Amino acid sequence: MQPLAIEVRDLEKAFRIPTHRVDSLKERAVRPFASRDYRELRALDGVSFEIHQGEFFGIVGRNGSGKSTLLKLLASIYRPDAGRIRMAGRMAPFIELGVGFNPELTARENILLNGVMMGLTPTETRQRLDRVLDFAELHDFAELRLKNYSSGMMVRLAFSMMLQVDADILLIDEVLAVGDAAFQQKCADAFHQMKAEGKTIALVTHEMSTVEAYCHRAMLIDGGKIRHIGDPGDVGRRYIRLNFEREREAVEAPDPDSSDRVRILDARVEGAGGERLEAVEQGTRIKLGLDFEVTEELAEAAVICSLANANGVEVLRLGTKVEPQEGSSHLRPGQRIEFRAELDNPLASGRHYVHCSVNDATTQSVLLHLHGCIDFVVFGGSEGVVVDLPYEASAEVEDGGGL
Amino acid sequence: MSTAQSPPAELAAQPHELREVPGPSALGGGWRRFADLLWLMASTEFKRNYFGTVLGYLWSLIRPLLLFAVLLFVFTKVIRLGSGVPNYPVLLLLNIVLFTFFAEATQNAVTSVVSQESVVRKTQFPRLVIPLAVVLTTFFNLCINLLVVLVFILAWGVDPSWTWLLFFPALALLVTFTVAVSTLLSVLYVRFRDVLMIWAVFSQVLFYGTPVIYPVEIVPESYQHILFANPIAPIFEQIRVWVLDPSAPTATEVVGGWVGLLPAAGIFVAVAVLAIWIFRREAPRIAEEL
Repeated sequence: MQPLAIEVRDLEKAFRIPTHRVDSLKERAVRPFASRDYRELRALDGVSFEIHQGEFFGIVGRNGSGKSTLLKLLASIYRPDAGRIRMAGRMAPFIELGVGFNPELTARENILLNGVMMGLTPTETRQRLDRVLDFAELHDFAELRLKNYSSGMMVRLAFSMMLQVDADILLIDEVLAVGDAAFQQKCADAFHQMKAEGKTIALVTHEMSTVEAYCHRAMLIDGGKIRHIGDPGDVGRRYIRLNFEREREAVEAPDPDSSDRVRILDARVEGAGGERLEAVEQGTRIKLGLDFEVTEELAEAAVICSLANANGVEVLRLGTKVEPQEGSSHLRPGQRIEFRAELDNPLASGRHYVHCSVNDATTQSVLLHLHGCIDFVVFGGSEGVVVDLPYEASAEVEDGGGL
Repeated sequence: MSTAQSPPAELAAQPHELREVPGPSALGGGWRRFADLLWLMASTEFKRNYFGTVLGYLWSLIRPLLLFAVLLFVFTKVIRLGSGVPNYPVLLLLNIVLFTFFAEATQNAVTSVVSQESVVRKTQFPRLVIPLAVVLTTFFNLCINLLVVLVFILAWGVDPSWTWLLFFPALALLVTFTVAVSTLLSVLYVRFRDVLMIWAVFSQVLFYGTPVIYPVEIVPESYQHILFANPIAPIFEQIRVWVLDPSAPTATEVVGGWVGLLPAAGIFVAVAVLAIWIFRREAPRIAEEL
């Protein structure tokens, strides 16, 4: 195990949000004793973790979870209320790319200024000027003012600037989706090189694919507390589940009248032989199994399942009516609904989620809605598309009749 | 996991020790970086103003010269304020150039920290650099303008004297006061947004409360004391005596001895101390308040 690069112990940070903000001297002078009530927002609440040297560490969380506050505390931009942060080695003093670029200045001037902001000396910056421009492929535009740059050029400049910083530890907030495909590849290479050089990077992002592609470990933070630290894939799954939970609470609050009339018992994806699966091969037969329990009498219900990919696109929807048993007019409490669907897996490669809902078929009200109640990975199919269906295609080469 | 990779040689050779992070501050990042940043920010801004556009420098010269021309006309032809004052036109020019420095630096400094918001919120940046860079840029400008003034003074026929050297300590005092006021205003503005307007008015008051356009001897004696509680008034007066008009009353003569200068000195020191104290106190929190 490598020695520690960053050690965080019991970190706390709260922001005081005044209920009535006094933002003029006049107001303060006229009412010197005006109420100074404030609401305390606990952005970080007892956070402890360690990052080892040479590690790429992902920090994931929803907006307002405290992840950016954490990064700012690490970067000495905010001061912690309690707890301590220790670091080994030199830290790059910025958390976002291209901070402090002045649109009125030329690229060359901006590089010189920015280099010093990032902790280089003016001489070092001048020496690296060419390397920055080379990497960004902007040599021909060195004397162009930044305000005339396209956003892609700007990002390229910012990224290559970052690569020239001599820091052992880099803290980066949301950056990697930059430039065209060729430049993306260059960035990826640069990252792998930084990895190889043993630099330590803490990366805050929403983008789970970035975390999975680059990070050794990741941390999920929510409500100012650490929810999980571990394998990036695992953190990614928890993050998405957390998102779905919240979304359900916020948007799809079930009808108060009808809540708890149905309860979920089990949800799973099975292979052809009935074995539970977390990874499913493209094109094979799969079964979705969802078991519910009826807790209050219902006339008629419908179960609807949708399969969505990691980008939130609903790929397909499957559903069926649930009718009472023969000779009965209602679904009775204690009865189980066993929903089964079988299909040849048409999904393209990648992570997928099953959302399901149970509706009252007569009133159409939602009895139960579960976002992401199952998640599974599809492998062996095409990537970057939504579905992957069997097809036949051919291309023949024939001699033309010309000669 | 990282264990899978072999540690790079230099890392293994000299493992870094865990050290407490410093947290945000007014000077954070060491003096070297502070000085580099200050110089670069001020000089790039200066270059941008004066070499970016064709009329850049000319324009910055035209403004005080135009004001000078207007005031010269008004006070020598219309109100005859300057009659009997030796070297009045060049005195007026020098005073205007000096006061323009003070007024411009402080006025630009007010919003400086807030306008550099992204830098403050996203980098570990010595906060004090921001208002200081504004003052420094304006100071560069002042230096060039002073050269122009020097040409005017020599052309007017003022004889060089050894007392001209005393101009520099006086200027240093003016710059120090400008720095103190600028620093104070820039950090107050983060919290209180009416500081900008208040200062615009206050700066105007100071313009008339300093012997810039009129010689101090025409002010009724009972008011001269009040006038010289303004810390920059004695500075302007001494510059006049040393550079242009040895016959003019010195600052101590105006207020009747050294004791009379105590209010001005007291305010000077108070502003400086207040600026340092408030900036140090607020610097770690600026990023949160923005």
